[in-house]
Amino acid sequence: MPQEFKLILKNADSPGYTPDIECYLRHGGYEELKKALALQVKELAEGKKQTPQEQIRDEVLKSGLRGRGGAGFSAGLKWSFVDRRSGKPIYLICNADESEPGTFKDRQILHKDPHQLIEGMVISCFANDVKLAYIYIRGEFPQGARILNQALKEAREKGFLGKNILGTGVECEIYVHRGAGAYICGEETGLIESLEGKRAYPRIKPPYFPAVLGLYMCPTIVNNVETLCNVKHIMNMGAVEYSKLGTPNNTGTRIVSLSGLVKKPGYYEVEVGKVTIGELIFDPQFGNGLRDGRKLKAIIPGGSSSKILKAGEKYKLKKKGADGQMVTVDTDLLDLPYDFDSLMQAGTMSGSGAIIVMDDSVDIVEALANLSEFYAHESCGQCTPCREGSLWMSKALHRMTHGHGRKQDADYLLNIAQNIQGRTICAFGEACAWPVLSFVKKFKEDFEAKGAADEAKNGGAGPSKDMKIAASPNH
Amino acid sequence: MSFTVTASFEAEIDELISHYPVNKRSASLMLLHATQEEFGYISKEAIEWIAKKLELQPINVYELVTFYPMFRQEPAGKYVLKVCRTLSCALGGSHKLHDHLCTKFGMDPHKHGLQTSKDGKFSVEFVECLASCGTAPVMMCNDDFYEGVSNDKAEEILKKCS
Repeated sequence: MPQEFKLILKNADSPGYTPDIECYLRHGGYEELKKALALQVKELAEGKKQTPQEQIRDEVLKSGLRGRGGAGFSAGLKWSFVDRRSGKPIYLICNADESEPGTFKDRQILHKDPHQLIEGMVISCFANDVKLAYIYIRGEFPQGARILNQALKEAREKGFLGKNILGTGVECEIYVHRGAGAYICGEETGLIESLEGKRAYPRIKPPYFPAVLGLYMCPTIVNNVETLCNVKHIMNMGAVEYSKLGTPNNTGTRIVSLSGLVKKPGYYEVEVGKVTIGELIFDPQFGNGLRDGRKLKAIIPGGSSSKILKAGEKYKLKKKGADGQMVTVDTDLLDLPYDFDSLMQAGTMSGSGAIIVMDDSVDIVEALANLSEFYAHESCGQCTPCREGSLWMSKALHRMTHGHGRKQDADYLLNIAQNIQGRTICAFGEACAWPVLSFVKKFKEDFEAKGAADEAKNGGAGPSKDMKIAASPNH
Repeated sequence: MSFTVTASFEAEIDELISHYPVNKRSASLMLLHATQEEFGYISKEAIEWIAKKLELQPINVYELVTFYPMFRQEPAGKYVLKVCRTLSCALGGSHKLHDHLCTKFGMDPHKHGLQTSKDGKFSVEFVECLASCGTAPVMMCNDDFYEGVSNDKAEEILKKCS
């Protein structure tokens, strides 16, 4: 029986819980920070010693925590890449630029339980010798920014932030920095440029890995809101207990954002890999199924950039059999465990943990046109294949959804998308190409039928003479 | 409009700049937000003033205004209605909501970008994902956020705008 498991949202969603510090303290707030600051140097075998900071970093690594923002990379490993020998200050940035279409989990934390994030951040700053940190919050969360500023003020007054935290001599300051409506700021090097007061043009890697050359060319850690909150719980439970949540290599909980055409859309926190996609869509405590009389057509499993999964598809999942040997199991879409590794094996990704459900009433060409318009609008314009390609794809899809499709449009779209991915500075190239590649490949008959119908109606290929569509979509 | 800065506004700006002890250029976006909130839009004079404040060239500030979608160089209506356009909201009826608002204020729902009613009271704009896909369609009215906005609910929201 699958069920919700509330770790991060335990307090946020309990009745009467408010975002102020008094309420947080009544719920055991900042106890983990006190615990972290009280850690002593640990004597290891062979006369080796481990500092409190190293102990926390070690716990985070052993917990198996993977980044909740999109890439699913080990948080502990990310921390281990930080250049600690350069002598430069180390910075930490919380990525609260939640803007991957389909995702609305960080919104819950930021608005309802800001102190949980702040505590997770101060522990993470302590563990990484960070004295100055920023929360980069998207511009469209003005209330969230106000709530965070108020929470930071309260934390300062109570001595959880500042030059001498709780009298221990540890220093850490956090400020809120607001974005201004650009999706690309979610990409960590774009975010850093934006925080430096520039256009959010992502930096090329190498050499600009944030862990080495990040904010102000100093070592920088960029972690998602949910990831940083998990640090607090790892501190509380210890790596061993924490890693018992979820499944091996997919530890902890995840807040799944479920939207689209289900009866009960919403956010659901579950142990990673303990709930299947089918359960998330159909179980009464989650999505509660599709609207009456509708059939599942497809889902976008991990934010709009992830590749679409079509109803009825089977994937080959590698699993440990009863005898401990790896076996390949044919798994239906609905039976896919919702975790990082299973979705990768299914050729897509769990990304930001956002599932968009589409039933048989959805015109798949329209749906892709909607997403492509988003990417055309959000391309930062730095790399030619992405800047031009995202716009070409959007224009072609705009034409197709306005009665002027062509039979060869499907191949045209595939060709453009294939020439974007892998040819750009940042992953936005893939993010705009993958929806097109997967939608068109998996629903090619829909795209070709639409093009053929339009050609028949308009008397051949090409736009009809009376075509009056504006050349450019939303620009 | 002349660009006159009050003492309290300048104090707010100086406080914001103090959040960036390493490099005050970092304060650019926050200063632009504060300026737009104070004056309603970012004028040429405002760009020059911010540049001077941060010891930058005006182009360094101007290029941000043209890059980040939230900044505008023209005044908008007293109430700016931002309707989410992206997929989950589109599936949840955001086009119906956008059409309703545009028609009500005599705007063209197919025209891109921000449009303002003749009396200058309301502006309507389709924006990209507002990160509340589970309660589609969603809309912002200035800084206030609304979920599950049916046409009827939109009317209720508009009634509160005086």
